[in-house]
Amino acid sequence: MTLQIVQTVDARGLSCPMPIVRTAQVIKAVPSGQLVEVLATDPGSVKDFAAWSRTTGNELVEQSTDGGVYRFVLRRK
Amino acid sequence: MTTATLDRPAVAPMDPLAQAIADVEGVPEPSPDPLADTPMKTKELVIVNWSGDLDKVWPVMILSSTAAASGVTCKVFVTFWGLLPFVKDEKRIVGDNWMQKMLTLMQRPGIDHLKLSKMNFFGMGPWMMGSLRKQYNVASPRELLEAATALGVEFIPCQMTMDMFGLKREDLIDEMGEPAGAATAIAIMTEADASLFI
Repeated sequence: MTLQIVQTVDARGLSCPMPIVRTAQVIKAVPSGQLVEVLATDPGSVKDFAAWSRTTGNELVEQSTDGGVYRFVLRRK
Repeated sequence: MTTATLDRPAVAPMDPLAQAIADVEGVPEPSPDPLADTPMKTKELVIVNWSGDLDKVWPVMILSSTAAASGVTCKVFVTFWGLLPFVKDEKRIVGDNWMQKMLTLMQRPGIDHLKLSKMNFFGMGPWMMGSLRKQYNVASPRELLEAATALGVEFIPCQMTMDMFGLKREDLIDEMGEPAGAATAIAIMTEADASLFI
């Protein structure tokens, strides 16, 4: 069974720290265990989402790159 | 050839007193993780926002909003020049006497009127910084301040600076917390996991 992504955060074009800030605002309203997808173009977001996942406990379940767009899938703690 | 058998009981016998207690209360299950029962304390960051310069207030806004976004409780103690960016937009000259009025005449208050600590060049520096910001889609101090307050960052104005600069509570943005003093700053800094003076 694959879990459904319930929300997508489009942070393309945004600079640090807005991809994280937007994601935090969105994930607050998502029930625990659900998945949130983030799209970003800031190259720093690769390290930042890994660090944010560590501090918040929201698991980074998937990460990929496609033509300069970084995609992160996070599971709400 | 004989094989030596170990004649030890599998479980060490309890002493009579422990046995008696165990009979009455039942043997407690050993907890697999001693930390499992204790709730994890949320981490805390305190920033002292002392400067009113664009290149110092900006990182304060970035760090405080990111801390709150990371589930870290964040408090910002706002003192000295750091208070001027928190004056409401519609206020231009504040204070009661001419010396206090001079302060805000020389340095326009509000989050949109910050100067650079270096290369200010009579406003040329901040203007160039603003156009670079737009070019690279970086959030402005105002946007970050809005995000920070929405995420629950607590901004605490310094009562002493307010008195000295002639700032009243109603001169400052509504999102700010109750004014406090140095002892509050020390208390929150010593209780926090990290504190910064910017």
